[in-house]
Amino acid sequence: MALLKVDTIHVYYGSIHAVKGVSFEVNEGEVVTLIGANGAGKSTVLNTISGLLHPRSGSIEFEGKDLKGVPPHKIVEHGLAQCPEGRRIFLQMTVEDNLEMGAFTQPGSTIAGGIADVYKRFPRLEERRRQVAGTLSGGEQQMLAMGRALMSRPKLLMLDEPSMGLAPILVEQIFDIIRELHKAGTTILLVEQNAQAALSVADRAYVLETGTVSLSGTGAELMASDKVREAYLGG
Amino acid sequence: MKTEKKRRLRRNTRRSLINYAIVIAAYAIVQALNAGGNIKSSLQGQLVPICAYIVMAVSLNLVVGVSGELSLGHAGFMSIGAFTGIVAATALQAAIPMGWVRLLIAMVVGAAFAGLFGLLVGVPVLRLRGDYLAIVTLAFGEIVKNIMNILYVGIDEKGVHIAALEGSRLVLAEGGVPLIKGPMGAVGVAKLSTFTAGFLLVLVTLFVVQNLVDSRAGRAILALRDNRIAAESVGLSVTKYKLMAFVTSAALAGAAGVLYGLNYTGLAAKKFDFNTSILVLVFVVLGGMGNIRGSIIAAALLTILPEALREFADFRMLAYAIVLILVMLATNNPTMQQFFAAVMEKVRGTFRELFQKNGETVKGGGNHE
Repeated sequence: MALLKVDTIHVYYGSIHAVKGVSFEVNEGEVVTLIGANGAGKSTVLNTISGLLHPRSGSIEFEGKDLKGVPPHKIVEHGLAQCPEGRRIFLQMTVEDNLEMGAFTQPGSTIAGGIADVYKRFPRLEERRRQVAGTLSGGEQQMLAMGRALMSRPKLLMLDEPSMGLAPILVEQIFDIIRELHKAGTTILLVEQNAQAALSVADRAYVLETGTVSLSGTGAELMASDKVREAYLGG
Repeated sequence: MKTEKKRRLRRNTRRSLINYAIVIAAYAIVQALNAGGNIKSSLQGQLVPICAYIVMAVSLNLVVGVSGELSLGHAGFMSIGAFTGIVAATALQAAIPMGWVRLLIAMVVGAAFAGLFGLLVGVPVLRLRGDYLAIVTLAFGEIVKNIMNILYVGIDEKGVHIAALEGSRLVLAEGGVPLIKGPMGAVGVAKLSTFTAGFLLVLVTLFVVQNLVDSRAGRAILALRDNRIAAESVGLSVTKYKLMAFVTSAALAGAAGVLYGLNYTGLAAKKFDFNTSILVLVFVVLGGMGNIRGSIIAAALLTILPEALREFADFRMLAYAIVLILVMLATNNPTMQQFFAAVMEKVRGTFRELFQKNGETVKGGGNHE
């Protein structure tokens, strides 16, 4: 059984039909990526899964349970954590306070252990633990956003454009971290514009085009596909 | 390794304790001066209103500063508290002769009603963002003022009677007393508020607000102000925590209204108008958003200021405005800020030297961590 099953969802912004019958699955332990150009509906799909938007029709099932009508703050309790687009961190709080907020839905006794785990994965964050998050560099902020999402010990981690606005070397670092998380058994749903990097880490991938899935397959298959190369990988 | 959480808690506790100490010290000084007959009667009359405005400012700071939502109708909650409190205190006059017990009950009733209205307004309104919340709360304040203006409330042996629009609709049995007479407001109120009661209410307010801000819920409220999308992504219920701040604030404003209302023999609804809401907002902004201590000091000083400026007679409000502008400029101008910081550093240095001369070890704020 798939961990996450999205079945022909249709999402509207007012009268704009942004997502037109998208279906896909994420199995336990997989890294699945949704790639596509600006405005293809990638983030809309993610925001719908995390309950910020509501599908007009279609269903989303997580561990076999329908998520219809579950408010966003309850979705986190179900074990789905979203790391939102654009490094949405608490700029006025310290790094460690940010991580603590990530465990808001968790029992207090697990917080210290969670923070230690995140520091092990992101040593840079430990160096900066007392620093106000707004003073971190872009790459560090992205690490903090990912670390914070991990604090809720999610069964599925959803990353929305983690490479956005980062220098190539930092993009590489972020994708290395995704690989490590994958190796450690974390299930990840990754939304990316950077198709090359995303396909290189993904077990499976779906290509979104103007609100529909136009292609799907394993990461390697899509990387080899002429259509994908032409459209997203620059020939 | 000390966690950030422990450091934060310690910092917050110290900050809260200093606030309590300031309020208690101010109370002790005023009482001492009062005993010696050193306080002018005009200032004496201001003591209870000062306490009421401090409670108003601290409670509004919870919404505007801590929660980050602009509310322009805080006087509306004060009004609801004041009038329900007056009715409760008067209705119990025969049953409970002890004034302070009635005052306490009136405050609980006033806070409960104001909190209830906070909930009714908050549930739909806190789904709005930014300017919309400001507009709706502004309208709320005006609606409360206008309704109170046409409300007639009386009391007889059968209980409390309420009528609207015309006084003649209020039919009371023989021996009944009209309490609130529409535009004339409440009349013949027994004065129950004392400076000590006001002081205690300020302490209770500080206790409630500071503990809320330092609690887990308070962290959630701060996180929501900082970044709403991030807060939602870590699993915070936006409405729940915004509402918590808003209703707490409204209830405290209601209690402040009771304190204020029971300090006079008569009270008209137009006292709690838009100007009052703005006045309290000025306290909050001047004291610093989210800065509880600032709210206390700003509320106290700016309530005294118009009295102190009485010698300017007709130019009193002009002088008041000029002082406000100068203070705002002084506290926000980088050059002035540097100047103040340098002065404070010198003062601290002098203290350090003094203590060292006395052979004591120096444990200044924050250094021992």
